[in-house]
Amino acid sequence: MSESRNAILGKLRAGRDAHPLTPPESDFAVLRNKRWDGAERLERIKRMMEAVHTEFLETTEADWPADVQAFLKAQGTRNLLFGPATEAGGRLSAEWAEGGPELIPYADRVETFKERLFDGIDAGITTTLGAIADTGSLIVWPTPEEPRLMSLVPHMHLALLRADALYDTFWQAMTENRWADGMPTNALLISGPSKTADIEQTLAYGVHGPKRLVVVIIR
Amino acid sequence: MGETSINFAKASSAALQDQQLRGNFRRAMDGLMSKRAVQFADTAEWNGVRTLGASVRLRALSKLPELLEKLEANCTKNGIQVHWASTIDEANAIVLSIMQRVNAKLVVKGKSMVSEEMHLNAFLEKHGIESLESDLGEYIVQLDEAMPSHIIMPAIHMNTKQIAHLFKQKIKEAEYTEDVAQLTDLARRVLRKKFATADVGISGVNMAVAETGTLCLVENEGNGRMSTTVPPVHIAVMGLEKVVEKLEDVPPVISLLTRSATAQPITTYVNMISSPRKEGEKDGPNEIHLVILDNGRSGIYADEELRNTLRCIRCGACMNHCPVYTKVGGHAYQAPYPGPIGSILMPQVEGLEKRGELPHACTMCNACVEICPVKIPIVEIMGRLRSEAVHPGDAVRGAGSHASKAEAMVWKGWSMTYASPLAYQFATALLAKLGNAAPTSLPLLKEWTNVRAKPRFANRTLHALAREKGIPDV
Repeated sequence: MSESRNAILGKLRAGRDAHPLTPPESDFAVLRNKRWDGAERLERIKRMMEAVHTEFLETTEADWPADVQAFLKAQGTRNLLFGPATEAGGRLSAEWAEGGPELIPYADRVETFKERLFDGIDAGITTTLGAIADTGSLIVWPTPEEPRLMSLVPHMHLALLRADALYDTFWQAMTENRWADGMPTNALLISGPSKTADIEQTLAYGVHGPKRLVVVIIR
Repeated sequence: MGETSINFAKASSAALQDQQLRGNFRRAMDGLMSKRAVQFADTAEWNGVRTLGASVRLRALSKLPELLEKLEANCTKNGIQVHWASTIDEANAIVLSIMQRVNAKLVVKGKSMVSEEMHLNAFLEKHGIESLESDLGEYIVQLDEAMPSHIIMPAIHMNTKQIAHLFKQKIKEAEYTEDVAQLTDLARRVLRKKFATADVGISGVNMAVAETGTLCLVENEGNGRMSTTVPPVHIAVMGLEKVVEKLEDVPPVISLLTRSATAQPITTYVNMISSPRKEGEKDGPNEIHLVILDNGRSGIYADEELRNTLRCIRCGACMNHCPVYTKVGGHAYQAPYPGPIGSILMPQVEGLEKRGELPHACTMCNACVEICPVKIPIVEIMGRLRSEAVHPGDAVRGAGSHASKAEAMVWKGWSMTYASPLAYQFATALLAKLGNAAPTSLPLLKEWTNVRAKPRFANRTLHALAREKGIPDV
């Protein structure tokens, strides 16, 4: 074990020291220069994400819980998995009207909840840290209140996106917010519903993750 | 897999007879090439991001031992257990010991080329553990009891009809259908049950960040996230070259990787894992193990030129653009890594005795070099390996194993003839007179005339014609 470790590292060191390598400077200008103005950013995000079957729901700070409920009701969704301890979750449960879909809190450890999660949940809703114009991607950092599987196992994932939380590039998002100072357990970029082209290059959506991704834009 | 030589010539001849296979590859590669070209249409941006990507990889290689130690320290601090394996046997043993400790019966795999390199599925099956591929392409190939034919699209050699028949034959609840959406949905239903019940998830690593102890995985299907989140134990296997120095090095490499591989600006998921489940978190594995595999890489690293092989980010674009790969398909290489990168990597990993033929599976057309997102001088390395195969040296295992006395004599005669005007004149005059009379069955000549017309010699040499025009021999 540690024998292999020392052997490998020793060999690498000897190899490198015999022929040191001077790497060229890394010039990040190509990423720094990717800029879109405010309105363009959201347009681009929508265009890129719609190209891979993402759906968008436009709403406001005041109305989003009601709009989400109306949308899911119209889709015939039976239930919605949410994080009850977040601010968004608090508003959902406070403002959710009678008559469904059923709100299901992700309140326990997955071990007690796995069967239901995999077999009985239609949709899950999470917050996001923003979105990236360059690639049309949502930034999602799961937390104890909003666990990792909420955005993965339900057939539909709804993601709340504040219309002003937008970045030009992935590089800008991580450097401006100093991600390197402390990474979470899991950090994700999500750019559409799950998909594959493994059968004869033909795109098919909903392979292991969500079949539908609905971005709820809150202005 | 014995230590005998792998017969690429024979396998590629057989592949060339298979019109269906050739059609499948031709269509797929044409589509991938044209889609990729669209992604990199902005030449200035391509040059900028490519230069940046190459610098990231070179910087990582320049500090490789230090970065691996830093990765280990940061992963350990985050709660990820790090293991080192010199050989694939050792890596398999590490994986097995973790499995046996948690009494694992079922393993789901994301997608990992290193695990293909380890022949991990076969190894685990031998020890009574069911190891199930969950990437749709890998799952198809596993059902078919075959090997992936491409590092990005494992089942690219099959068409929908062939996959439809395979599913009907191998999956209990399958109805015959050629509808891709329905076939995909069938795999989804089968595999969801497995994700929920698996004891261990295994994944590869696209990049490991030394600065933060983070494992990055890109994918479209969600099976990578499933495999690394649902089972109580996650084991990631990586080749030791996959480390990068800083977190900010990740965006340019991911951008090059996804655009080069499948012509997507980004994959559906970029999954960055920095620790197992923490206190208070409700899901995620309780244990994460990172297995860092050498398997010949430290030997490759020791040589200044061959070292460039380790820049590779495994995008597969060189395969998509290779005229040889496109004609013969991935299986002819009989290797986890086919195509141009396989032709330079496999001989270095497994030795030239076994893989000495692969550097010759190349027309030196340079297409792979033109599109390589991290500027690997593939063709130069190809030439270097050809010469290593016939000149005993110490840089590559099995150097000199393909040396032949006859070939060496021919080259020696050739160079002597060209170095002496007198000998050259004599030889060309002789060929002009007698060359056409030589029977095609002559040894050495036969190798050429087996598959080609015999060249016709002009009855006057170029030198003689030039002299008539008053141009002196100098």
